Amino acid sequence: MPKDSGIGASSKRREDVRFLTGAGNYTDDINVHGQAYVHFLRSDIAHGRIKSIDTSAAETMPGVVKVFTGKDFEGVGGMPCGWEVTDKHGAPMQEPPHPILAQGKVRHVGDPIAAVVADSLEQARDAAEAIELDIEELPAVLDMKAAAQEGATLVHDDLKNNICYDWQLGEADDAKVNEVFANAAHVTTLDLVNNRLVANPMEPRVAVAEYNRGTEDYTLYTTSQNPHVIRLLMCAFVLGLPEHKVRVVAPDVGGGFGTKIFHYAEEAFCTFAAKACGRPVKWTASRSEAFMSDAQGRDHVSTIELALDADNNFIGLRTNTYANLGAYLSTFSSSVPTWLHGTLMAGNYKTPVIQVNVKAMFTNTVPVDAYRGAGRPEATFQLERVVDKAARELGVDPIALRRQNFITQFPYDTPVALTYDTGDYNGTMDKLEVAADLAGFAARRTESEAKGKLRGLGINCYIEACGIAPSNIVGMLGARAGLYDAATVRVNATGSISVMVGAHSHGQGHETAFPQVVADMIGIDESMVEIVHGDTSKIPFGMGTYGSRSLAVCGSAMVKATEKVIEKAKKIAAHLLEASEADIELKDGQFSVAGTDKSVAWGDVTLTAYVPHNYPLEVEPGLEETAFYDPANFTFPAGAYACEVEVDPETGQVTIEKFTAADDFGNIINPMIVDGQVHGGIGQGIGQALLENCAYDENGQLLSASFMDYAMPRADDVPFYEVDHSSQTPCTHNPLGVKGCGEAGAIGSPPAVVNAVLDALNSGGKSVDHIDMPVSPSRVWAAMNS
Amino acid sequence: MTQVSMTVNGKSVSGDVEGRTLLSSFLRDHLSLTGTHVGCDTAQCGACVVHVNGEAVKSCNMLALEADGADVGTIEGQANPDGSLNVIQQAFQDHHGLQCGFCTPGMVMSAAALLKENPRPTEAEIRKYLEGNLCRCTGYHNIVKAIMAASGQDAGKIAAE
Ligand code: FES
Ligand code: FES
Repeated sequence: MPKDSGIGASSKRREDVRFLTGAGNYTDDINVHGQAYVHFLRSDIAHGRIKSIDTSAAETMPGVVKVFTGKDFEGVGGMPCGWEVTDKHGAPMQEPPHPILAQGKVRHVGDPIAAVVADSLEQARDAAEAIELDIEELPAVLDMKAAAQEGATLVHDDLKNNICYDWQLGEADDAKVNEVFANAAHVTTLDLVNNRLVANPMEPRVAVAEYNRGTEDYTLYTTSQNPHVIRLLMCAFVLGLPEHKVRVVAPDVGGGFGTKIFHYAEEAFCTFAAKACGRPVKWTASRSEAFMSDAQGRDHVSTIELALDADNNFIGLRTNTYANLGAYLSTFSSSVPTWLHGTLMAGNYKTPVIQVNVKAMFTNTVPVDAYRGAGRPEATFQLERVVDKAARELGVDPIALRRQNFITQFPYDTPVALTYDTGDYNGTMDKLEVAADLAGFAARRTESEAKGKLRGLGINCYIEACGIAPSNIVGMLGARAGLYDAATVRVNATGSISVMVGAHSHGQGHETAFPQVVADMIGIDESMVEIVHGDTSKIPFGMGTYGSRSLAVCGSAMVKATEKVIEKAKKIAAHLLEASEADIELKDGQFSVAGTDKSVAWGDVTLTAYVPHNYPLEVEPGLEETAFYDPANFTFPAGAYACEVEVDPETGQVTIEKFTAADDFGNIINPMIVDGQVHGGIGQGIGQALLENCAYDENGQLLSASFMDYAMPRADDVPFYEVDHSSQTPCTHNPLGVKGCGEAGAIGSPPAVVNAVLDALNSGGKSVDHIDMPVSPSRVWAAMNS
Repeated sequence: MTQVSMTVNGKSVSGDVEGRTLLSSFLRDHLSLTGTHVGCDTAQCGACVVHVNGEAVKSCNMLALEADGADVGTIEGQANPDGSLNVIQQAFQDHHGLQCGFCTPGMVMSAAALLKENPRPTEAEIRKYLEGNLCRCTGYHNIVKAIMAASGQDAGKIAAE
């Protein structure tokens, strides 16, 4: 029987009511009395030297409050990068400055050059057109391999070349790797591209900042996944403000998918300008602006080689990747192609020797950073495509080849720095085979063929590392932040509870799922518990929401804080019941003395905590506890996905006929929400595989700069998805046994789609090894007809 | 500035707008009806869908002046008179048809217009109709399911739970 409340119940989302009635409070819904509006004048070329900026005409335009250029920010810090990667020779990465407004050079289309603050947005826009720019256009650096060559044009004149770092993980001895490959019975090699994407949460970014002259306090409302991180970075590294004078609020946020993790120049600008102008300043990105100013995702070019012995065991893996970082280092960009990508190259397999090489490149494109999955989709795509290709070359069943090489003993130390605590990859694959009705595939293929279509089945596995931690290890790896989280459980006198959490909910349903946990632990109704998030003035601290970490990390802090509350409440109950604390049990909201019928209700104990007349002297009044939780390890969700496509041989059109996901997320708090997270991830993964591509022309012009030319998945591009998460190996090191589910769908689905298309083409007698994403009709048609 | 008057959610309203003021800005900035969202600048995303004289319209793609005298419905006017969720809104909550909620007002307004013209749409008809409404969170699965449920069809039978 499904539960109807608490842990494991599909409780309906309480936040839905406000969203369904138009009562949400998104950042653009916030207007501050007296606010002015900023419009950023952005570069329309990819690379150029700024010779002069004349703002004098703009300054006299109607409604203009102030015009800013890079000069106004000379004494101010630049946008910081939160992760220092050390290259394979032991040198720190090259870290160029990233000014709020361009200084000296523009380095990508969309790079902000000047900002006009005016009474209305229209006036700001009109005035920006009156700014006179003299910019000498320079050749744009775009192709990563060319950019790595000696003598290439430099994106940053002060750096020695365009390579941010040349990084390696795994087996450092090239001779040893060469030997494995030389002795292999079979080697499969694949060149592939992981296409650049734009995250495109439906809500564009917005920032509203105000400054109070009387108290010298700032408030910044911003579309962020992690308001405390924004406050810390902006105060400590950019503007040099005392943290206690700055409040950052991320109210309802309309989706993030990674791209709202980062601290952006526009946030710092509005905060700075609010004081400089003596007025609140608001910025709302248009979608076109979002396309050229939100950090983009993926963009790897890789060669992967897999060595197998005569029995088809994987014996070695080597990958060489060029990772595009764009023009500047965005907040966590440097960690994505390295510690979030290289570490995942073992996948679900016990390959003994692995070498990962990554060159991260500066180019004249929009900065690239984490997008749903962040590094793990890139790793999974490489690995699962090369395994599929190997199966085809060897003429073996792709599922059998995977099963044969699965890791089956846990904990398992991979050759690429991780220790998987638990998993059951065969068990998850068993679930997939049933849920996807793989036995019925042959009949479905026959049906498709009768309609003149080619049908293909694509399988893949994935593993991901979520809840990135622990802080001391990631610190050694270069993270400039801790990766714990925090929660305060505040019990009110009448027994209701406010939980202040560091995680931020922007679609994940924390306001519903988190109370399920606390209510379950105490045995009270979920409606008695409310979550508070997204405001640095209300919550203790928080690293925010990304990397599928909220429940595994912040949820664990919440459990710890609730445990402390219960421990204290038991002391009070013991006093009231005149019993020993050790004999007190809490069940269904009642404290009772074991083995007796003596009990006292939750609400009586909480009231006593605040009206401590009959009260244990050694216990402080009140009932509120905070916990910080730093995980002992990552969590390792894993799964197996199956995609069935039909390909129209006349046009190359691909349709997804069936998509099945079998995931192991460990324990599950709210299955309905988990299903929804997987659906959304798959939707984005199908988007990457079939439709989406962020393209630049040879001059660095952004070709896909609106929804007209960037193909977002629409309702009729995707099918209903079958989702099974009954394979559950609970995480061994967090109190809830949860692993995280937010990114799985986006990680696991692209290779399944591509594998399916190739299977379809090969079933039709075409020998096609690979098609790069997005697998568009023209690419499929070309592959079929080459 | 020109004066514009219309009925919004059953109430007469008026305001002074510039010729270039969009209906979406009039609703959001002049009337503080911020449930209507703006997700793009090319009339592609559907976050801004409202009803104008009973038809689903992208309010970012219509001037406020063009709606002069019209009967406009927004998400704020969709709940039942007692404040409870209407059938479509309730189906969205029951079937988890929303995550971040940003596309949701447009989805609900489009769904209402669809069900008015086609009370029992098939899955394919729903997907086709929603072509102008983007959602980045849900992968559309539960949105389609919710609309089927709101039209009295057993979505559970058609879509996997
Ligand atoms: S805001 Fe109207 S369609 Fe996007
Ligand atoms: S629910 Fe977030 S865009 Fe649809």
